Amino acid sequence: MSTLEIDRARKLYGELEVLKEVSISIGTGDFLVLLGPSGCGKSTLLNMIAGLEEISGGEIRIAGKVVNDLSPKDRDIAMVFQSYALYPTMTVRQNIEFGMKIRRVSQAERDKAVKTAADLLQMTHLLDRKPSQLSGGQRQRVAMGRAIVRQPKLFLFDEPLSNLDAKLRVDMRTEIKRLHARLGTTIVYVTHDQIEAMTLATRVAVMKDGVVQHLDDPQSVYDRPANVYVAKFVGSPSMNIIPARLEVEDGRPVAAIDIPGAATARLSGISLSSQAAAKYAGRSILVGIRPELFSVAGEQASQALTVNIDVVEPTGPDTLALFQAGGVEVTARVPPRAVAARTSATLAVDTGKIVLFDADNEQRID
Amino acid sequence: MASNAASLASNSTPLATKAASFRRQHRIGRAVIYGSLFFMAAFYLMPLWVMITTSVKHLDEIYAGSFIGLPQQISFDAWRTAWSEACNGTACKGLKPYFINSLLLTIPAVIMSTGIGAINGYVITKWRFPGSNVIFGLLLFGCFLPFQAVILPMAQTLGILGLAGSLPGLVLVHTVYGIAFTTLFFRNYFVSIPDELVRAAKIDGAGFIRIFVSIMLPAALPIIVVSCIWQFTQIWNDYLFGASFTAGENAPITVALNNIVNVSMGRKEYNVDMAAAMIAALPTLFVYVVAGRYFVRGLTAGAVKG
Repeated sequence: MSTLEIDRARKLYGELEVLKEVSISIGTGDFLVLLGPSGCGKSTLLNMIAGLEEISGGEIRIAGKVVNDLSPKDRDIAMVFQSYALYPTMTVRQNIEFGMKIRRVSQAERDKAVKTAADLLQMTHLLDRKPSQLSGGQRQRVAMGRAIVRQPKLFLFDEPLSNLDAKLRVDMRTEIKRLHARLGTTIVYVTHDQIEAMTLATRVAVMKDGVVQHLDDPQSVYDRPANVYVAKFVGSPSMNIIPARLEVEDGRPVAAIDIPGAATARLSGISLSSQAAAKYAGRSILVGIRPELFSVAGEQASQALTVNIDVVEPTGPDTLALFQAGGVEVTARVPPRAVAARTSATLAVDTGKIVLFDADNEQRID
Repeated sequence: MASNAASLASNSTPLATKAASFRRQHRIGRAVIYGSLFFMAAFYLMPLWVMITTSVKHLDEIYAGSFIGLPQQISFDAWRTAWSEACNGTACKGLKPYFINSLLLTIPAVIMSTGIGAINGYVITKWRFPGSNVIFGLLLFGCFLPFQAVILPMAQTLGILGLAGSLPGLVLVHTVYGIAFTTLFFRNYFVSIPDELVRAAKIDGAGFIRIFVSIMLPAALPIIVVSCIWQFTQIWNDYLFGASFTAGENAPITVALNNIVNVSMGRKEYNVDMAAAMIAALPTLFVYVVAGRYFVRGLTAGAVKG
């Protein structure tokens, strides 16, 4: 019904290419998060979907219809902005009604739509206030109400939570998720916050320098990132990327990691195709290990690293243990008080879940 | 404990005297500040005092030498004369017809220059086009253009348009000359209104005019007031354009005032001159008193929080 297809979309500012043939396709009811640091082109892409920026090349189709040359109002979309962009001189009710008035919706229908939206967002008591009399969270809610009454094919969110304080951000995040579950409308959501992406999305597009690095569901992006960039961007603390050497023993791949002042750790049980194992045998690779794949083990454990712990950082539910391996600093997430700083510890690794990357182009090896 | 208390007690005396001397110094400082402020205010208001007292005195009393003192008898005859009887060389109708001229000139010129400035500011900030910054730069240049530099070309233009010597011609001159300033006001104000507001309105389906009327103008009230006060003062007080581009019946009040003051038959009527000058100044005074607080607020208004 309301699908979105971005087909080799490009954006040029003069000579500068800020989006390079981006292709993303999502289905009805999908929640697509465009994730990336500032300057990666994610907001530009959103504005191109909205019709606020021209499309330099390629096509964007909403519900199967090419919208390249349609003005924003004819694209059947609604947008929530980072600064909320509420009209300062209008009351909440007038803000929500404004679009409908322009479309010449009758007074009765307008009242009904405002009431429905206000009930949904629990802001009936705010309808006669001005935006300046509202808190950040309330403004956010009004901005969403203004989008909802449009009943669009596509909701666009441009970093809607980044102006809120940490506590409110978590609450509003849940609220957006609930809203999506209830309305079932397709959503495109821009953020630089990987936790928002993980919690909200059904599809995540990680972007960098105008290129989509990885497009998949959040868990897949987290578990098997397409490259080192995605691996480091998604997850906190981020994935450890450890230089290592790939060896083949008895036809099985083994990652050898140098540990300072201890024996070289040899990790087997890695999921890798035999072609890739043959291709990379004896070569340098990068091993990606999420901090939570480590666990404290006995000295005789297999698939383990015996290391000297430099620093421990308790976070409450668990403790981050930092140590050196393969020439880089590695973070392990272990139970509280499991290890102490400046002592030796043996950490087992769930090797079935580690990811290997090419040392040169930093792409994942399967 | 005991030694502590003792040392505190022994300390308290010099502390108290120190505080007292500080208070005394403070009071002297205040007195100096207020005294000099009062003096400067009095100095500044002196001409007004002379004008008011002179305008209500009898001419005999003025010529008798009483210049600064209170009038012996208050009379508003001079005001009546200035308003409806004073002579300016061609007729003796007082300032009244010229006062009306000035209103007919100033009000449309203020409205038009403010309106055009608002649209200009809106376009330059929210509908940028290639070269819009250059156009704004050129408009800014207009702020520094001296009146004298445009008189001749302006006169030629008015002649070609067939508006020479008429009030509509003078309205046009002031409107055009004012656009540079009003555009600057509105541009600087609108630049602080977030662009996202315009984007949101575009998605809501609003067009160029709708966004201007429904969103930008209501938010721009403080700067509208500033622009109106500024333009009103400039245009009402203008003499050079008025003297250059109108004649006789069509002259604005400043020109008429000059004529009344400079024409003298027999004794110079200082009281009438003073009354006339004050009549000419009243409207701008009125505008400041009514809208002055918006003026300060508008000039200092920062980002519009929405």
